[in-house]
Amino acid sequence: MADTALTARQHSPLAHAADRLAAATRSSGGAVRLAELPFLAQVNVRLDGKSPAADAVGLALGLQLPLEPNTVVRAADLTAVWLGPDEWLVVGRPGAQRDLESRIRMAAGDGPVSVIDVSAQRTTILVTGPRARDLLSHGCPLDLHPRAFGPGRCAQTMLARTQVVLVARDEARAGFWVLVRSSFAAYLTDWLLDAAVEYG
Amino acid sequence: MLLIPCPWCGPRDEAEFHYGGQAHVAYPEDPAALTDEEWARYLFFRDNPKGPFAERWSHAAGCRRWFNAVRDTATNEILAVYRTGESRPATFEARPTGPAARPGVPPLGEFQGEPVQGAGSPAAQPPAAVKGTGQSDPGRGGTGETQPFRLADGGRIDRNHPLTFTFDGIWYEGFRGDTLASALLANGVIAAATSIKLGRPRGIFSAGVEEPNAVVQIEAPFPEPMLPATTVELYDGLVASSLPGQGRLATEPDPARYDAVHAHCDLLIVGAGPAGLAAAAAAARSGARVILADDQPEPGGSLLGTAEHLDWVSATAALLDAAPEVRVLRRTTVFGYYDDNHLLAVERRTNHLGAQAPENVSRERVWRIRARRVVLATGAHERSLAFGDNDRPGVMLAASARTYVNRHGVAPGRHAVVFTTNDSAYPAALDLAAAGVEIAAIVDTRPAPGEWADRARSAGIEVLTGHAVTGTEGDARLTAVTVAPYGEFAGQREFAVDLLLVSGGWNPVAHLFSQAGGRLRHDEVLGTFVPDTCRQALEVAGSAAGTFDLAAVLAQGAAAGLRAVEAEGYTAEAPALPAVAVRPQSPSMQVFAVPAPAGAPRFVDLQRDVTVDDLARATGAGLRSVEHTKRYTTAGTANDQGRTAGVLASGVVAELLGVDISALGLPTFRPPYTPVSFATLAGRDRGALHDPIRTTALHGWHAEHGALFENVGQWKRPWYYPQDGEDMETAVLRECRAAREGVAFMDASTLGKIDVQGPDAAAFLDLLYTNMMSTLKTGMIRYGVMCRPDGMVFDDGTVIRLAQERFLVTTTTGNAAAVLDWMEEWLQTEWPELRVHCTSVTEQWATVALVGPRSRRLLGSLAPQLALANDDFPFMAWRETTVAGIDARVCRISFSGELAYEINVSPWDALALWQALYEAGAPYGITPYGTETMHVLRAEKGYPIIGQDTDGTVTPQDLGMSWAVSKKKPDFIGKRSYARADTVRPDRKHLVGLLPVDPAVFLPEGTHLVADSELPAPPVPMLGHVTSSYRSAALGRTFALALIKGGRDRIGERLYVPVGDRMLPVTVASPVLYDPEGARRDG
Repeated sequence: MADTALTARQHSPLAHAADRLAAATRSSGGAVRLAELPFLAQVNVRLDGKSPAADAVGLALGLQLPLEPNTVVRAADLTAVWLGPDEWLVVGRPGAQRDLESRIRMAAGDGPVSVIDVSAQRTTILVTGPRARDLLSHGCPLDLHPRAFGPGRCAQTMLARTQVVLVARDEARAGFWVLVRSSFAAYLTDWLLDAAVEYG
Repeated sequence: MLLIPCPWCGPRDEAEFHYGGQAHVAYPEDPAALTDEEWARYLFFRDNPKGPFAERWSHAAGCRRWFNAVRDTATNEILAVYRTGESRPATFEARPTGPAARPGVPPLGEFQGEPVQGAGSPAAQPPAAVKGTGQSDPGRGGTGETQPFRLADGGRIDRNHPLTFTFDGIWYEGFRGDTLASALLANGVIAAATSIKLGRPRGIFSAGVEEPNAVVQIEAPFPEPMLPATTVELYDGLVASSLPGQGRLATEPDPARYDAVHAHCDLLIVGAGPAGLAAAAAAARSGARVILADDQPEPGGSLLGTAEHLDWVSATAALLDAAPEVRVLRRTTVFGYYDDNHLLAVERRTNHLGAQAPENVSRERVWRIRARRVVLATGAHERSLAFGDNDRPGVMLAASARTYVNRHGVAPGRHAVVFTTNDSAYPAALDLAAAGVEIAAIVDTRPAPGEWADRARSAGIEVLTGHAVTGTEGDARLTAVTVAPYGEFAGQREFAVDLLLVSGGWNPVAHLFSQAGGRLRHDEVLGTFVPDTCRQALEVAGSAAGTFDLAAVLAQGAAAGLRAVEAEGYTAEAPALPAVAVRPQSPSMQVFAVPAPAGAPRFVDLQRDVTVDDLARATGAGLRSVEHTKRYTTAGTANDQGRTAGVLASGVVAELLGVDISALGLPTFRPPYTPVSFATLAGRDRGALHDPIRTTALHGWHAEHGALFENVGQWKRPWYYPQDGEDMETAVLRECRAAREGVAFMDASTLGKIDVQGPDAAAFLDLLYTNMMSTLKTGMIRYGVMCRPDGMVFDDGTVIRLAQERFLVTTTTGNAAAVLDWMEEWLQTEWPELRVHCTSVTEQWATVALVGPRSRRLLGSLAPQLALANDDFPFMAWRETTVAGIDARVCRISFSGELAYEINVSPWDALALWQALYEAGAPYGITPYGTETMHVLRAEKGYPIIGQDTDGTVTPQDLGMSWAVSKKKPDFIGKRSYARADTVRPDRKHLVGLLPVDPAVFLPEGTHLVADSELPAPPVPMLGHVTSSYRSAALGRTFALALIKGGRDRIGERLYVPVGDRMLPVTVASPVLYDPEGARRDG
């Protein structure tokens, strides 16, 4: 379907906000860093986690789909995010979605599996810096303390007044990925920038 | 906010969940076999028990799984959760709150027998000279002498930091560390308000949040009404004025920022007085996450007012500040205690900085705290007594006067009488005497007050035992107090004083405990209500629990802190506590109303001007409950929420009724504990951030091209694109003409899109839609209607068959999330055997509708590989191709009756596609159009908009869509209901067209329809209402759609629409008013 080769004519949902995100990062003096990670490959996978198909998909991707709720598994440049007991989001480098989709389909074989390219459904906002957790806590009801939401954790929850997929990055200091529906991305950006005023 | 344990994700805020009604009500196996009554029972009847109830929930904002929960409908406790398909657990125990959880108060005896450390006399500082001449005419400030009532030394104010402020137009000076009240007192100003009903002068009555009288208006920097002067920290440039019981809201928007923070902790301690500090000290080094919240600028609580153990306070504060997992929230009032240990607090962050407040810092912040455990160390408020003329400025709670002396270095008067029923006023009297205030007498209602009276006497103070105050004199300020033996009026003595200290006992601050669901019990010994039991994981410590001996308070606080963190698995050690002197204790006397001569009002609620006589009228009128007397007299309903009046009112009512106060109880405490402004609660959610705005990938283009936007759900959709000077009517007529005569395009990206995959996808859609979907061929599209089990239309849209086992379903813009929830609900709870997965792909695709007779030629110029002839690419087919070099799925769908295409591309490419169409379409006069034109075009064709032309009571048949209701399928959602008597009535409302007889007359949407040109006497029989109304370029006239009783049988009839005073005649018509043959669809 959609041509995944990145060309100049493509626009990510927050392309128009890149300057403001950079300005907030600068004025915070390093307290928070905000940036869009555009065009990441995102593939939604639905299958029975205990089925042979799950193992086959794991082999094909080089990682085990996480079975523990609200965790992620990373390998090389792929991240598998737990979304539900039979649902994952596999996130990869920009442009990788077609390859991922076909690898997963091939591996799953005839099993009842759904594989859907949802790369444009959500965009990803990187929120890092020493105050990243404080910034998100203005709008996220989850406990983001490293004891409760350290590396390897993820959650689908609310941030401000929109749903997000929150992923703790692989080091405690590396902050978070905030995956947000593209239509809500501008709102969430405005909200994050407003919340970041205090750290500027 | 409930914490609901999702079986997969664990405990999450209730806001992440959707409620799904009673569980275990299975969809009948064969609805057709049921009688109407049985079917109606399934549709409409659910249990409604008090107590445990099994119900369905969906973790909608999380893993999207449906599950079952057993909830106690009386307490909202979730007793169990289990997955769908599992049977309901047999027994329910309340969720354990941990081994060491001791709901409510530990028994008082627990600390009895503990050695009390140290011994000695009560703190009695050497007398400090009162600054000034000691003249006994305080009057108003501004007489030239600055701060005549300020003590020469002592207190926690900073005499090196003078601050100037204005009250009622007069400049005064105070010091950093003052409250507005203490600074006014220092300047000899005690009368700070006028009472709301009687207009009597009222003075500063307390030193804290319980203040009923001195409620002031802040004028600058930003107007704020109704703040107790006792809680306003003084800052330079403060401008305030006294109020007659009511304030004024600002007329300008508040320029300050407000925000919120979610916080989690193992232990939340409310109150940093001796008990709270001891609890925090106990927990501080355990590694547990601790939050200590206190409403004052510095910790210490009552110790700041008694000036005792301040070294321990500062050492403990330093310990807490150094502990990495301890957060001390100063100037923070915990105002609400909700389910599952969710507490709300407001932190006043920059108010005390006045004009120096930094602009980028929020002025106030709401803390939303989820605590594993809570220790309430909220202290106690002193209670007043209802004696004659007890409201004059100069009457003050005894411990508050002590606070002014010790904490603020202010003498609240020169000469005082102390009126008490208990021991606690004695140390206050001694501290005031030591500060140079002449104590004329201590009037104690008790015949034998015990050792404290001896101490007072040895300090040279006269103690009148078994006496009471019978009245007061004075106008702007108290001038005299009369005293007589308790219950008598003979033998009165008069004291010329400017201050009357009162203590009627102490009320534990049980507001939060009560909000948490805790029960209070009446303690006979203490003569007040104390916390009893509570099901939440909390403990009450210190005077909030009715413990007033300082050594016991400290020990109780420390023990509560230890228990809390140990229950959470941390190891803690006993903290250092100060050595506390043993104090004499004599029983208090329970007194509420004090006998008074006739005619002297005895105020119970100072802020509401409610007297003992008012309460007597209430009980005389037959009211027997404090909830009723409260509402009858308004006692306890002012913005101080009866903090000083509540127990007093109950006590007076009990006396009036001749019942025991323990039987009467207290009115219910509700959040907020103190008033919280709406701006604070709104926080960041105002202005542009008030509600999320959803935009498409093309939003920027629409805005640049002058589109006005319509809100559809949270989406912003282009409404119409006015060109130079066009009004809406002209613009929409132009856009409609372009779509019908040339080519026009619109952004249809907001339509909901759901990918449905799996071997049983077709079977699933057959159950979901009223029409047959399984027969749809790959490569083709079918319109479908979705109904509720009651047969009423819920949503509509198109179904695209992408492959044998894969469909793409579109929904209406506003219903996308609801339809996906609906699908998941049926799949997960009723048909788990179906191998289908549903995934939202709404934003994965951008959709551009290309409409009009010239659309084919334009599309052909951009999609050269696509065969566009009708035979190659028929109506309701889709093709994959490239348009302007962009991968696209093109659908031949029309919502206007014209030849039309919907071009779906990645939203990343949407702007490129749109611009390509705009450029290539220029020769054809391509015109962007918005939702208004879309609505006109579809209405001309009689296509209904679900939610506008329907309202949840409309069947597909009512809409004239019997063709979309399958007769062949054995079942689908809603089918059984079409055999109900109600859905086959001939007088159901049908969707029809309306043509006003005058083609220029526009019918307002929502207007009713009647049969006759003259309105009969009411009730007027209504035939239906107008659902959509437009001007049509194609028809050259106005028209409307309407739901009308038996409408299809009325086509051609004349009906009337009352609009204002006129009865507008209309003709009922077919809903399809334009191109009824459908000749234009294929171009």
